[in-house]
Amino acid sequence: MMLFLDTLSKIGFMFVLIMGMVVVLIWMERKGAAFIQDRTGPNRASIAGIRLAGLVHPVADVFKLLFKEDIQPANRHRALYNIAPWLVMAVALSTYAVIPFGDYISIAGRKVSLVAADLNVGLLYILAVASLGTYGVIMAGWASNNKFTFLGGVRATAQMISYEINMGLALIGLVLVFSSQATPEHLREFLGADFLSGLRLTHLVAGQGDLLWGFLPKWGVVVQPLGFLLFITAVFAETNRNPFDLPEGESEIVAGYHLEYSSMKFALFFMAEYAHMVIGAALVATFYFGGYQVPWLPRPVLEAHAGSLLTIKLIGVVIISMIFSLLFFRRAQREKGKFGDARDREPGLGGALWLIVALGALGGLVLKPWGIGADGASLFASLIQVGAFVVKLVFFAWLFIWVRWTLPRFRYDQLMALGWKVMLPLGLANLVVTAVVLAMV
Amino acid sequence: MSFEGLPKGSCAKKTSFRDSIYFWEIVRGLGVTIGHLVYNIFHTSEMPTLQYPEEKKIYSDRFRGRHRLMKREDGSPRCVACQMCATVCPADCINIDAAEHPDSEIEKFPETFVIDLLRCVYCGLCEEACPCDAIRLDTGIYEIAADSRDKFVVDKEFLLNDREHGSY
Repeated sequence: MMLFLDTLSKIGFMFVLIMGMVVVLIWMERKGAAFIQDRTGPNRASIAGIRLAGLVHPVADVFKLLFKEDIQPANRHRALYNIAPWLVMAVALSTYAVIPFGDYISIAGRKVSLVAADLNVGLLYILAVASLGTYGVIMAGWASNNKFTFLGGVRATAQMISYEINMGLALIGLVLVFSSQATPEHLREFLGADFLSGLRLTHLVAGQGDLLWGFLPKWGVVVQPLGFLLFITAVFAETNRNPFDLPEGESEIVAGYHLEYSSMKFALFFMAEYAHMVIGAALVATFYFGGYQVPWLPRPVLEAHAGSLLTIKLIGVVIISMIFSLLFFRRAQREKGKFGDARDREPGLGGALWLIVALGALGGLVLKPWGIGADGASLFASLIQVGAFVVKLVFFAWLFIWVRWTLPRFRYDQLMALGWKVMLPLGLANLVVTAVVLAMV
Repeated sequence: MSFEGLPKGSCAKKTSFRDSIYFWEIVRGLGVTIGHLVYNIFHTSEMPTLQYPEEKKIYSDRFRGRHRLMKREDGSPRCVACQMCATVCPADCINIDAAEHPDSEIEKFPETFVIDLLRCVYCGLCEEACPCDAIRLDTGIYEIAADSRDKFVVDKEFLLNDREHGSY
């Protein structure tokens, strides 16, 4: 029963994280794209005149799409047409089951691992489920009975086959490095084994907490730099994001596979794309950037210095939020009466929010955080690790957006040539070199 | 990369090794875009975007906006229904029904003067063809919108009193 409740709450956390990230990512995409292109971006939708810098727009979009008419082509394959968007979304969400977002958290003396399902074949599960997402795209393309959607589906298939191999090859090098490494001391009791297994994601991340030669964090990107480049390229292709978004290439095949979808079914495809981005970011962070690991600060160090770290952190939060608050208030002063309506209150509101954060952190300092107990230290370490994971997740999700608004789309033959003629040989070479180096060490 | 299937000479310059591995050029491109992003975050007021319904662009005096009909001093239209504008109009959007004017020196006046704003291409030929400066496109109005097609077909009364109507 306890296990059931634990798992349910972990799933709930992940679901809220993903869905929240989807909203934030849509906002980041539109605002980031606008700022990169010297535009202001969405700034109209408001709640009682407060626009939250465009954050209200995703909410408005959802309401709009919910109330739109669901127009369907007459000659569709009824069942497949209706299943496809749900399949894409379900697959996107189920990948998160095996991604650890922390090592463990102590609740009332129990150590609960922070991963929804700690599979011993987690890596294979990810590769298997991630490629299932393409089924939804193919089904949507074929069931819509439209030549453009069909072409989109075909492109998605070919792209998936070409880049899945490179993804797997890049990961084998990583598994080689991290399997049969000794389990870190502090996790030996919790993870159980003396040696790590490269296919188990909790082990893979635990191994990345070590230091290489005493000063470099042993992250995947440090031990496998080429593997990282190959993997992130393959992830871009798997998530159908620019520069590999040929399945929906709107300049060639209108909108690709989701051309015939409207209303909430379209919204599901749209959200699934962002959910896939969050997976991609989570995978890159987990495999190559140490997942929840804070560089140079593994759990024993975090727990030993929890008091002073927490104090430093709170002081930092106070200073930074005071600066933001001052900036907002200065802007409120400068732009007084700029619009002549409720929008004038926005900078003042932002300043007040940051001031509340600063006051909250100050209140935390009053509680003497430097004298935190052992339980508190353990909890602090867990929360810091979850926070580190979320920060990495947001950064790599932003990288997806950043790349999209920087690079043009590949031509189709360039895509195939890159996958088969460049990345496949490089992946094989990376694997051989890794194996030889490991055999010699 | 391969260029098979492309006409000879379309990719005459061979890409250098540095370009062909993409990596450095991608990093450079990312630097350019993040530069724009950071600059714009701290300089939002310099953004060239026009916040349209609040701020409106003012065009030059030569801009051809919606038409208006000129009046004589007594308030009647200057138009003498000579059909020059309707004849020269390339979009065939002007329709004039002439009637006899009580003043024999003027001869005719337009009983109806209808312009279909949806057909009009705003070329200004009617303005040039008019012998008595009766039609002008100098209102500067460019927000021409309505909720049905027949509201775009405007008549003599509307065109004579255009300044008061403003945009609709």
